[in-house]
Amino acid sequence: MSKAITKSGGSRSLDRLLPLLLLPVALIALGPVLRLLLEGIGFGSGLTTDHLTDVLARPSTATALRHSLITAGGGTLLSVLIGSGFAFLVALSDIRGKAALVFCLMIPMMIPPQITALAWMQMAGPSSTILKMLGLAPPLGSPQPLHSAGGIILLLGIQHASLVFLTLRAGLRMIPAELVEAARMSGAGPGRVWAQTVLPLSMPSLIAGGAMAFVTALGNFGIPAMLGIPAGYATLPTLIYQRLVGMGPSVLSEVAVLSLLIGAVAICGVLLSRLVLKRQGFGLVGLSGAPLALSLGRARLPVEIAMWVFIFAILALPLLALLATSLIPAYGVPLTVHTATFNAWIEVLFVQPVTRRAYANSLFLAITAAAVLLAICLPLAWLMERRANRVSKLLDALIDLPYALPGVVLSIACILTFINLPFTDLTLYGTIWIILMAYLARFFVVMLRPIQASIAQLDPAMEEAAASVGARLGRRLRDIVLPLAAPSAAAGAILVFLTAVNELTVSALLWSSGTETLGVVIYNLEDSGETVMASALAMSIVCLIIALMGLVQAGARRFPKGVIPWQS
Amino acid sequence: MAELTFSDLSKTFGGAPALDAINAQIASGEFVALLGPSGCGKTTLLRLTAGFEHPSAGKIRIGGETVAGGGRFVSPEDREIGIVFQSYALWPHKSVFDNVAYPLEVRRIPRAARQARVAEALSLTGLGAFANRMPSQLSGGQRQRVALARCLVFEPRAVLLDEPLANLDLSLRASMQDVFRLFHRRTGATMLYVTHDQSEALALADRVAVMNAGKIRQFAAPEILYREPADCFVAGFVGDGAVVSARITGRADHAGLVLNVLGQDVVSRSAAPEPSHVSIRPESITLADDAPLRARVTSCTYLGGRFRLELDAASETLVAFSRQRAAIGETVGVRLHDLWAFRDPEGEVVLQKALADA
Ligand SMILES: Nc1ncnc2c1ncn2[C@@H]1O[C@H](COP(=O)(O)OP(=O)(O)OP(=O)(O)O)[C@@H](O)[C@H]1O
Ligand SMILES: [Mg+2]
Repeated sequence: MSKAITKSGGSRSLDRLLPLLLLPVALIALGPVLRLLLEGIGFGSGLTTDHLTDVLARPSTATALRHSLITAGGGTLLSVLIGSGFAFLVALSDIRGKAALVFCLMIPMMIPPQITALAWMQMAGPSSTILKMLGLAPPLGSPQPLHSAGGIILLLGIQHASLVFLTLRAGLRMIPAELVEAARMSGAGPGRVWAQTVLPLSMPSLIAGGAMAFVTALGNFGIPAMLGIPAGYATLPTLIYQRLVGMGPSVLSEVAVLSLLIGAVAICGVLLSRLVLKRQGFGLVGLSGAPLALSLGRARLPVEIAMWVFIFAILALPLLALLATSLIPAYGVPLTVHTATFNAWIEVLFVQPVTRRAYANSLFLAITAAAVLLAICLPLAWLMERRANRVSKLLDALIDLPYALPGVVLSIACILTFINLPFTDLTLYGTIWIILMAYLARFFVVMLRPIQASIAQLDPAMEEAAASVGARLGRRLRDIVLPLAAPSAAAGAILVFLTAVNELTVSALLWSSGTETLGVVIYNLEDSGETVMASALAMSIVCLIIALMGLVQAGARRFPKGVIPWQS
Repeated sequence: MAELTFSDLSKTFGGAPALDAINAQIASGEFVALLGPSGCGKTTLLRLTAGFEHPSAGKIRIGGETVAGGGRFVSPEDREIGIVFQSYALWPHKSVFDNVAYPLEVRRIPRAARQARVAEALSLTGLGAFANRMPSQLSGGQRQRVALARCLVFEPRAVLLDEPLANLDLSLRASMQDVFRLFHRRTGATMLYVTHDQSEALALADRVAVMNAGKIRQFAAPEILYREPADCFVAGFVGDGAVVSARITGRADHAGLVLNVLGQDVVSRSAAPEPSHVSIRPESITLADDAPLRARVTSCTYLGGRFRLELDAASETLVAFSRQRAAIGETVGVRLHDLWAFRDPEGEVVLQKALADA
């Protein structure tokens, strides 16, 4: 190949500069994870595995590991039941109002887990405002039934059902309609078709969805923190939290081992599912396309009613309970027309400096993360699609890691990396910037994938046409790629924003006084008995989230397929 | 307008050659068609010219300036070459006007001049009324014309077109051919037009480069390609007729060589001293009852005004035109005249491959 020599600078020099982008991205996204791995083998204190064996041998570690496995396993089972039930009915049957059902099923996924937990706690136990209104509250002094392994499993199951649902529905759409039609031609009724044709074919996506739910449940901090810590039931993430909050950074190398343990379990889960999937693989031949709509006949209306009742029970009821609690003057006071007040709302939104600061912090973090990622991911996605080389492909494969790993793992990794900035005496620990760095690392894929999808769909001839009429790379990116990828980029930015506003796990470990996020403040308010204020704050966040989801939904038609997570 | 020169231009993709030592010169203002079967390297040659690919060896010169090869590479945006893509590649977020104005915008042409030039380009392509439409609101032929207007508006040194009519239906193709011809006459642009439709190439171009397997087999005016093909591939690929092997009898005549074709002695035109094959066009065959060469009719198709006959003569398939219908199986006499003979010892193989490709 002849050596390329420029005639004039502009485009070529940008062409050469752009690949340098890969370096900071790799550093931010993968640096912390690498640092954590190094910690595991005793980096910094001479290569030793002493504290590794030391921490792993402790009984508390074994207990927390067992609890994590029980709750994540149980939660996954429940998620699979709920998610697959909905997926089969939505994807295969002729029920009505599918879009609304799906939107509602997705809301629990987008609501921060600690808010979910808080809302459910308002629905049970002796102080439940809503039970009191109905006269159903158990006597004072009786325990909160959700403060238990069962409660954690229930909420984890509901929170992550949508993961199973989305994966399975995507898989069901790949099943060629002819296969089902062939089965029906040979005389099988809907039930039979489902059991003998659809179920075996959808096994791979069911397993994949289950694996995702497991990994996410394993890393979930909000639910076991709200429900498990009061009951003394520690999982690995809450154990890490308690150690770190109790002892400070001196236990870093110890919690590093714990977080590596979570990472290892998560990876084992994923590998196991891959192994099963490999044995299960079928090549599906035929056209997918025509959506299946097996008739439920006379059962349709009862099924529809059952589904909506279920949605009401897992979504509306807890939120109503949360709302009820947010409207009372003090915890324990029953809600009536006379006692109802917006005091807590006003307090939280306008008066309390902590909650106002938390709103400011969370919004700042979410907006900054979204904006920075938007600015980086547009050229990055272009680079990965149009100028793929070995380095960019490697980065492409690894950049999922910070998002796929449980949040606790990434937080510990970030603390390790940024507690002492290399070559300086500076530290980011205790500042808002460490949270921002962690968000950037964690949400890279959330922004990158939608933009990548839309650039991949873009005919390269569009850019070549621009080049041939004289537009240099910078202009082409600005005039052609950016406007065409803009809808997906916007969706990506809103998703990053939503996820970042929701975020508790990472910030719970990284916050310090003055840098609280919303997730942290809800947890702290509830922890210190300010349940009413916590509920008001939580309710305001739920409203914000549903409004944002609605905004994305409204623009749904302008985004390429697969950009909106709840619309695969 | 500028001339294009390719010297020893080669391109390999991961070791597989797509272009193999291309040598050609296209004069300024000339309309050249690249014709060849699928996969022969036409698009590759076009993309190399536009600057989207780097040559593996050889040089490309545009108007005397080396744009690729010999250690130089001029990027596409600096080559001043217009290209019309098969998929049109109109920018869907820009209106017709903005699509056409973009090349001028990039060149920082002042607004007033820009508007005048865009209006001129649009009226030349008959799009005056569509300036404010979005590309999605246009028909295929209109989109094609926007693409053409977009590339003529900045007066490029050459215009490259990659199968511009492949996505259009037959009747639209004919009218778009007129648009291209008119466009070429008005602008006098150097044009390189890729197609695998020989009637399109023969109808439009001043000269046609016939390509196969990464090589230019012959580069000549359409009537020369037809009457004097250089080898078996060109003879078989361009135009109707048959290619049969011939043996020189040693006698030369004032009109040409005397060759033994299908057992008959026939006078042939030729450029080669020792030809191996002759191209027998349908016009070279007269059906005569008293002719010594006998052939059996194997098919008879009405073309309007005349019949096209396929004849089996000494187990070669010939094509002839006839005013009368012939019965299949009937035996007719065939007289050959005005044949073109050429030397292509490996001919048979190539011809068969070309037929398999077609
Ligand atoms: N980017 C590429 N990578 C690898 N091989 C390529 C690439 N582009 C073209 N080729 C190969 O080079 C050869 C020539 O391709 P080219 O696209 O130039 O053919 P073509 O004559 O335009 O065919 P068609 O009429 O089908 O468009 C083909 O064998 C093709 O497979
Ligand atoms: Mg081509």
